[in-house]
Amino acid sequence: MNKIVGKEYLSEKVVKLEVEAPLIAKSRRAGHFVIVRVGKKGERVPYTIASSDIKKGTITLVIQIVGKSSQKVGNLEVGDYITDLVGPLGKATHIDNFGTVVCAGGGVGVAPMLPIIEAMSKAGNKVIAVLAARTKELVILEDEVKKYASEIIIMTDDGSYGEKGLITEGIEKVIQREKVDLCLTIGPAIMMKFVSILTKKYDIPTIASLNTIMVDGTGMCGACRVTVGGKTKFVCVDGPEFDAHQVDFDEMLMRLKAYN
Amino acid sequence: MSSQEYLKAERSAPWREELRKAIKNKERTSMTRVEMNSQDPEVRSRNYEEVNLGLTAEQAIAEAHRCIDCVNPTCISGCPVEINIPKFIKNIERNEFLEAAKVLKEASALPAVCGRVCPQERQCESQCFYVQKLNKPAIAIGHLERFAADFERESGNIAIPETDPANGIKIAVIGSGPSGLSFAGDMAKKGFDVTVYEALHELGGVLRYGIPEFRLPNEIVDTEIDVLAKMGVKFMTNCIIGKTILHEDLLAEGYQGIFVGSGAGLPHFMHIPGENLNGVMSCNEYLTRINLMDAANPESDTPVYMGKKVAVIGGGNTAMDAVRTARRLGAEKAMIVYRRSEEEMPARLEEIHHGKEEGIVFLTLHNPLKYEGDERGRVQRMLLQRMELGEPDSSGRKRPIAIEGDTVWVEVDQVIVSVGVSPNPLIPATFPGLEITDRGTIVVNSDTMQSAQHEIYAGGDIVRGGATVILAMGDGRKAAKAMAEDLLSKSRA
Ligand SMILES: Cc1cc2nc3c(=O)[nH]c(=O)nc-3n(C[C@H](O)[C@H](O)[C@H](O)COP(=O)(O)OP(=O)(O)OC[C@H]3O[C@@H](n4cnc5c(N)ncnc54)[C@H](O)[C@@H]3O)c2cc1C
Ligand SMILES: Cc1cc2nc3c(=O)[nH]c(=O)nc-3n(C[C@H](O)[C@H](O)[C@H](O)COP(=O)(O)OP(=O)(O)OC[C@H]3O[C@@H](n4cnc5c(N)ncnc54)[C@H](O)[C@@H]3O)c2cc1C
Ligand code: SF4
Ligand code: SF4
Ligand code: FES
Repeated sequence: MNKIVGKEYLSEKVVKLEVEAPLIAKSRRAGHFVIVRVGKKGERVPYTIASSDIKKGTITLVIQIVGKSSQKVGNLEVGDYITDLVGPLGKATHIDNFGTVVCAGGGVGVAPMLPIIEAMSKAGNKVIAVLAARTKELVILEDEVKKYASEIIIMTDDGSYGEKGLITEGIEKVIQREKVDLCLTIGPAIMMKFVSILTKKYDIPTIASLNTIMVDGTGMCGACRVTVGGKTKFVCVDGPEFDAHQVDFDEMLMRLKAYN
Repeated sequence: MSSQEYLKAERSAPWREELRKAIKNKERTSMTRVEMNSQDPEVRSRNYEEVNLGLTAEQAIAEAHRCIDCVNPTCISGCPVEINIPKFIKNIERNEFLEAAKVLKEASALPAVCGRVCPQERQCESQCFYVQKLNKPAIAIGHLERFAADFERESGNIAIPETDPANGIKIAVIGSGPSGLSFAGDMAKKGFDVTVYEALHELGGVLRYGIPEFRLPNEIVDTEIDVLAKMGVKFMTNCIIGKTILHEDLLAEGYQGIFVGSGAGLPHFMHIPGENLNGVMSCNEYLTRINLMDAANPESDTPVYMGKKVAVIGGGNTAMDAVRTARRLGAEKAMIVYRRSEEEMPARLEEIHHGKEEGIVFLTLHNPLKYEGDERGRVQRMLLQRMELGEPDSSGRKRPIAIEGDTVWVEVDQVIVSVGVSPNPLIPATFPGLEITDRGTIVVNSDTMQSAQHEIYAGGDIVRGGATVILAMGDGRKAAKAMAEDLLSKSRA
């Protein structure tokens, strides 16, 4: 049982939780996630570790409230306990000095992007963050991103903040302006699909962090499987990050609808 | 004293001589084997209660009378942990049920489990005098084992084994399946300070997440774990060794011995077209959702899809558990698709028999070639290749060969793939110094279960790549014996 020690609303439907988990705080790296279960009948749902504090022994999760499971997590208050929390899971992000890195995060995808932006910038990269959301209220973690990114471009669907347009338009502007060595993208599957199509056109290596349905998160069930380069991969152990240009996004989009 | 001599000495105990004298062998061998009472197939294929109802005391005593207490009890050689079978059976005959349970516990940490899930017809019972020499049905050793263990549990007089005084040596166990549990129990008995780490949120390994309630009620697993807890074994769930805690962390925390019982949990797929359609899933996903997350309950957060026309690919225990589960969840047509014939099926005979009674359709000598879905990506039908049997292959089973051009489409709305598992790769990948086979299993000394890394021992499916509960348990015991001897001799030195 892990205790909630901090809670903050980043927007109406996005909460930031600070959770006691000293072992995970110590062993996690950028790109790792945890699986959370609330209540004895709850589903096991994955959330990326947005940051951690080894001294306090805590990790931070940023959760967008969409369905039943995320609502249950979002309903927890400071002092409550998470029934089950396990991690860190997945492979850590490959951090290196690539040169100029575009980090494209859509919606709540900004949260898992944050530790990557931090690590990439500390490794000497020039990090350009392109954040996209439907509308102004849904833009999250802007200040935190600003701490590490050398530039931040914000795109909103309705133009209520930053520039009006899709994330791909923001990325394309950067590509046309300067040489980009690597693009990282995290967000809704459909967004990652279009980011991938765009960067493929320009031949820019691109990494996508996939958010499939999961059960155990340890490679035991295959619920999270995707096709990458024609081969079946398990997102929880082989990923969650893959070469975006090799990912069969159409199949992934179909599989995400399995329970709708 | 050799074990042969020991058995002889016990056999000549006065009470056993007396029992042998009381009834002539001829009379014993003319009795018929008891039938285990089971729920009516019509009723049980719609509930989740245990199928077998167990023997009554009268039935158990009657069956115990059949055993002739052989001079050379060949049955024992068929049991991987060498339970003293005639001794426990003769205790049942003389109405000493708790004593019988004690005999079981001398060799087996989980008798109530093994009595239910051992493939007895291939182990102890296959070596029974009745089968070997009389061509008659074996003594129902498994049923009797279950009876004695259940009697002890239900009597509320479960013996908590005595433990040696604490020796302060810390031992870590990775995985709470049968190998880890039996290892933990034996080490606790010897006074070690044992902690079991489990990746999932519940304890028991396959006994919990794999084998369904109708075959092995959770209550039985709980009882066994409870006994271990009372002996001082500590349990930590939601903790993945190699992720949450690394090998070096364990050493830094002062663990002097590590037992790896991490099992074979990596599901195989066949890599044929359409296998990633919605509605096609691994057996592990299906059974885990139901057994661990209550997904069969429509009230749960994420009920599992309950197909009406369900195909389970494979012929092992796992496949049989899945198909019978699907039937219980309302499948009108629940099918086994298996590429060899029924004779080669690895599943326990009893499960195949029960499955048939429950209306499971057996499409043997069929192999899936591809799946097709509807416009929403949900599986709709499968193309099966008809097969015939050829010459025996390296496993000794007849090789299935495709009958060229002979295929058939079958409608399905759910497919459960159960074509085998591989060892969990995490420990082999993150623990230094281990020797790993190309099948991904950990290499150990088969007498001691010690790996190439001196403080690490391993057993169960991570070593065997998919075996049985009793073998996993036997490995745990063997490892405990060797590790304890090693560590205690060092601490004395
Ligand atoms: C690696 C990874 C990292 C992620 N990181 C984050 C993050 O940092 N922040 C964030 O907000 N989200 C993250 N997600 C997404 C998150 O895990 C959930 O998918 C999201 O919260 C949606 O939850 P929900 O409330 O809609 O869940 P629900 O609708 O309650 O469903 C829970 C999960 O079960 C599946 N499901 C729904 N119904 C059923 C059913 N009947 N049977 C079986 N399964 C069903 C859903 O598809 C969903 O994945 C991540 C996902 C992955 C894979
Ligand atoms: C559905 C099904 C039905 C079966 N039916 C029968 C039967 O009728 N009769 C029979 O004899 N056998 C049967 N078997 C086989 C039998 O269950 C296995 O051989 C046996 O359980 C193996 O035991 P084990 O201790 O090696 O591992 P498991 O029971 O597999 O347990 C391993 C445990 O280790 C945990 N783990 C793995 N990695 C880590 C890690 N890094 N850190 C922490 N924990 C970890 C896993 O979560 C799991 O709980 C069946 C198997 C299945 C799947
Ligand atoms: S443990 Fe299994 S093999 Fe051994 S006697 Fe019992 S049922 Fe037979
Ligand atoms: S071989 Fe059969 S009859 Fe002989 S002791 Fe064993 S169970 Fe009894
Ligand atoms: S979540 Fe089960 S294998 Fe990835």
